[in-house]
Amino acid sequence: MAVIYDFALQGAQMLLVLLMAPLLTGFVRKVKARLLSRQGPPLLQPYRDLLRLMCKDVVLADNASWLFRVIPYLVFAATWVAASLVPTFRSGLMFSWTADLIAIIAVLGSARFFLALAGMDAGTSFGGIGSSREVMISSLAEPAMLMIVFVIALIAGSTQLSTMAAFMNSAEVGLRVSLGLALIALVIVAVAENARIPVDNPATHLELTMVHEAMVLEYSGRHLALIELAASLKLLLYVSLIACLFAPWGISPAIVAAVPILIGVAAYIGKLGVLGAFLAVFETAIAKMRVFRVPEFLGAALMLALLATLLRFVSRSF
Amino acid sequence: MQGITFDIAHMLAGSLVLVSFIQLYQQRLSALLNIFALHAFVLALSVAWQAYVQDAPHLYITAIIALVFKAIVIPVALRRIVIRLGIHREIENVFGVGLAMLLGICLVALSMVVMLRVTSGADPLAREDLAFALSVVLLGMLMMVTRRNAVSQVVGFMSLENGLVLAATGAKGMPLVVEISIAFSVLIAFIVIGIFLFRIRERFDTVDMQAMDRFRGEQR
Amino acid sequence: MMVTVALFGVLTLVALAPIAIALSGKPNATGFVYGACLIVTLVMFLVALHSLLEQPAASTITLPLGLPWLGAHFRIDPLSAFFLVVVNLGAAAASLFALGYGRHEEAPQRVLPFFPLYLAAMNLVVLADDAFSFLLSWELMSLSSWALVIADHRRAENMRAGYVYLLMASFGTLTLLLAFGLMAGGDGAYAFDAIRAAHPTISTAALVLILALIGAGSKAGLVPLHAWLPLAHPAAPSHVSALMSGVMTKVAVYGFIRIAFDLLGAPQWWWSLVVLALGGVTAVMGVLYALMQRDLKRVLAYSTIENIGLIFASLGLALAFKAYAMDVAAALALTAALLHVFNHSLFKSLLFFGAGSVLTATGTRDMEKLGGLIHRMPQTAFVFLIGCTAISALPPLNGFVSEWLSFQAILLSPQLPSWGLKLMVPAVGALLALSAALAAACFVRAFGIVFLGRPRSSEAAAAQETDTNSLAAMYALAATCLIAGILPGIFIDALAPVVQVLAGARMPVQTGAEWMSIVPIAESRSSYNGLLVFAFMVITGTATAFAIHRFASDKIRRGPAWGCGYPDASPLTQYSASSFAQPIRRVFGSLVFRAREIGTMPPPGSRAPATLTVQLRDLIWDTLYAPIATAVGNIAERLNYLQFLTIRSYLTLVFAALVILLTVLATWP
Repeated sequence: MAVIYDFALQGAQMLLVLLMAPLLTGFVRKVKARLLSRQGPPLLQPYRDLLRLMCKDVVLADNASWLFRVIPYLVFAATWVAASLVPTFRSGLMFSWTADLIAIIAVLGSARFFLALAGMDAGTSFGGIGSSREVMISSLAEPAMLMIVFVIALIAGSTQLSTMAAFMNSAEVGLRVSLGLALIALVIVAVAENARIPVDNPATHLELTMVHEAMVLEYSGRHLALIELAASLKLLLYVSLIACLFAPWGISPAIVAAVPILIGVAAYIGKLGVLGAFLAVFETAIAKMRVFRVPEFLGAALMLALLATLLRFVSRSF
Repeated sequence: MQGITFDIAHMLAGSLVLVSFIQLYQQRLSALLNIFALHAFVLALSVAWQAYVQDAPHLYITAIIALVFKAIVIPVALRRIVIRLGIHREIENVFGVGLAMLLGICLVALSMVVMLRVTSGADPLAREDLAFALSVVLLGMLMMVTRRNAVSQVVGFMSLENGLVLAATGAKGMPLVVEISIAFSVLIAFIVIGIFLFRIRERFDTVDMQAMDRFRGEQR
Repeated sequence: MMVTVALFGVLTLVALAPIAIALSGKPNATGFVYGACLIVTLVMFLVALHSLLEQPAASTITLPLGLPWLGAHFRIDPLSAFFLVVVNLGAAAASLFALGYGRHEEAPQRVLPFFPLYLAAMNLVVLADDAFSFLLSWELMSLSSWALVIADHRRAENMRAGYVYLLMASFGTLTLLLAFGLMAGGDGAYAFDAIRAAHPTISTAALVLILALIGAGSKAGLVPLHAWLPLAHPAAPSHVSALMSGVMTKVAVYGFIRIAFDLLGAPQWWWSLVVLALGGVTAVMGVLYALMQRDLKRVLAYSTIENIGLIFASLGLALAFKAYAMDVAAALALTAALLHVFNHSLFKSLLFFGAGSVLTATGTRDMEKLGGLIHRMPQTAFVFLIGCTAISALPPLNGFVSEWLSFQAILLSPQLPSWGLKLMVPAVGALLALSAALAAACFVRAFGIVFLGRPRSSEAAAAQETDTNSLAAMYALAATCLIAGILPGIFIDALAPVVQVLAGARMPVQTGAEWMSIVPIAESRSSYNGLLVFAFMVITGTATAFAIHRFASDKIRRGPAWGCGYPDASPLTQYSASSFAQPIRRVFGSLVFRAREIGTMPPPGSRAPATLTVQLRDLIWDTLYAPIATAVGNIAERLNYLQFLTIRSYLTLVFAALVILLTVLATWP
């Protein structure tokens, strides 16, 4: 019985992240539009877009190989698995120990690896420019992310997200300089990884500014739908990660009870709303960077995370 | 209670280091001046918190001096200078931001190790505050070394001085006279530098320090 | 017992060399020699596996060869058993691959005699149990691989590679000779047992460690001693390249482990500082160089340097833990290093085989002339992709597991008391993270440029899929990569006896954990389950594909790619290998390579093409090797006159030397 219950909770988490992801994207778009005094698309527009894309024919480039057709499913599966492993409303889910935070980051790395390959498959210079810039960005964002993981893992004494969240919710944490540095670095990395302003613009197809969109330019129909959904899931993953590590209030502990879970779900949706609104405000307030300013931006994140790790190594009290 | 006062003091001192890093990162002059104001503001907060923790009312005066002079007067004056010189958009590094930040990290690590090793018997709050203060001083020096523009060198100098104040407030029993004299000496230094800036500008038509090196025949 | 069987195998391999000479020119010589190598190495692989898993006790033998008072000692203990597994697995795969690949060779008689000799030498290094046979086998390994490097001797670059390799190899052997001499002391106790029993002073031990690091490190490719590696490894035939990169570097790692962890006794804490720093720098430099290369095999050679850096960083960490008697942590770091040794030998051999197949199919290693091979060589592309994913440390393949273990070891290190290590370890952690991310970029580039897109030359457009033997070797390695990735617990447990001997502790038993997870310390601290990650990805992926195809749409149309309104662009307008590397070159290159881009635009009206020239400088070569070469050249110039003396002057020189030596002997305290 307990096994079925655990299983159901894990399944609920998978469905929850899958269903919430387009909503979060739609919410951010809506808030951004309102901040610009526009009406904006309805909140449910991303779902409609996805459904419509799913039912359309796929137009493949002449040169596209079998890899090009497999990659959307791979990318989607990897991102979905990673997103379901981040605690959202309840910690200590059945499969939460499958991958710790380092492994989750690496699973996302796999997704990006294959997406970058897809960009090069059609044999146009667009895909190439997108892929080469994407790997340049990730070559700085990924180490920064790992250093952030190091800091938090050293403070919490674990790389398991459930344990980390439980620790961050306890009174032992306190205000720590290294945590503050890690939070700033994590926000920078999250912005870069999700191709948001100021690193990349998710809403444009102008060649000079685009990275992620250039890479997936050749995708259409259901493949495009999966890639878009994976992008939404990744945004949701990073928001959940920030929520779980730096605002772990309300996450239900690993006990069999209904009320904490309901509180957990409500708190999670609330956190998504708040962080999504922050993201929208941030994106509206700032201008897109030149591509070669991005390495400095991400380098700053890497340096901050490294500084935080160093502080943590040097003295226990940071 | 000890825990949270400690943490807040730490957090403020740490933020000061962070703001020093943002200074290193920021390339535009006007933005740099804003961040310098933020630097001084964080310093004022930190000093005020120390005043509260140590129950030392004279430190409040230091905090107010920092707030009024460094967070308001000097940035505003510098901004006017910059606008009058017409250089509020330009800034250039001697080398890249990434390398400057990397050097900064090394300096912070160095000061941490030195301070924590040297003062191994002291009160932990003072120890780590001192380590942060030394980092701020070193970062200010780095700022002066890595920038060619005279105005950003001034900013580096001022943030260096902020580090000194942080160190002074961390060490208990610092007389007020010393602090006031530091504050005024900085103000005078600022005035002198301001005058020099205009003189340099009149003579060389730039505030780029490399131009002066060239004038001395030290072509690099 | 086991060691006798292993030596018998070695003897068979040695005997194959004259047979190969006798058979030269016969049509089936290639098949016979490689087939025999395959069988012998497979047997030795099984022997080694048996002694690793079943017989933790050492098996020794002393033969009346070599120095008369010493004899030749051979021994299989867990450490050598593990490295024998690595060597013979790689050798068996290379022999199988060569059964197909060797047929395309222009001059097989230049390769066939040396190949079995090379395999025998690598086995002997690992088996040796005294300094004399170790050094002799080491030198045999260097010389036979040198002969293989210059197998294609008509190309000037290969001869240069061979020359540099020979110089560096002799230098490396010299330092190892000095290291063993110091360890053996004045009495000449060259047997490893005697060396283990002797306790060198701290300064001697330190000197030995530095010498061993130079000697073994130059063979393994540690920066800055790596200069020969990217020249020599690609120059050899591809199956030999795979052996040199995948296996011989591991033999060098074995040499270092044997000296630093076994023979020298308890380590000093600062040793780890040196090893860690070299490892971290090597990892990042190696992958940055790899990203700048156009030659596919050279990319792989530089990536070997990166992986060696990773291995040495983990070894350094293990030394640090061992110096402070943190045995469990040392066991974790050492397991990470050894597992990466095994993993790297798998996927690097696989990738070199893939590069060899591409070379056979297209006749070029220049990535700018390749492209679109996934259509012409689908199977090679598939296995090469697995290799690329594995080496980029991506789950659920095996490269990630060892990387993950290294990171877990780093997370244990704040307990280390020394300040130097407190500063060094996080920096090395950042370097390793950076190198992992850059490696992914490097292999996106390698696979994307070679196999994806449209063919950039007519040779690439006309490529043919490679033969079944080569494919079988590659599939076997790819399958092992996958198994080691999803069931790492088995492999970690197999390493336990080795780690137990060297670190004094072992990692907890992994195979008993629920769902085959790996749990280095405790489940609340960290765990990873490759099997479930793999299963989840496969299940969700196929379920999604099925659902979408069933309920939404499964139609496909083909159309031209979007070309911005310029139809039928030439394949040369695709992103090339150099342009793909451009962003990373701009970010890291100005610092590391002094990269400069010089663009010239012809004036309006001129028909001259615009050009973009990229200048990269190899700072290590310029600052370290070039001055030495110049100095040697100058000295040689000065001493040149010695060539033109009379016979009487030569006799005087010999006589003077003799008298001086005798005087030294007479006045020696």
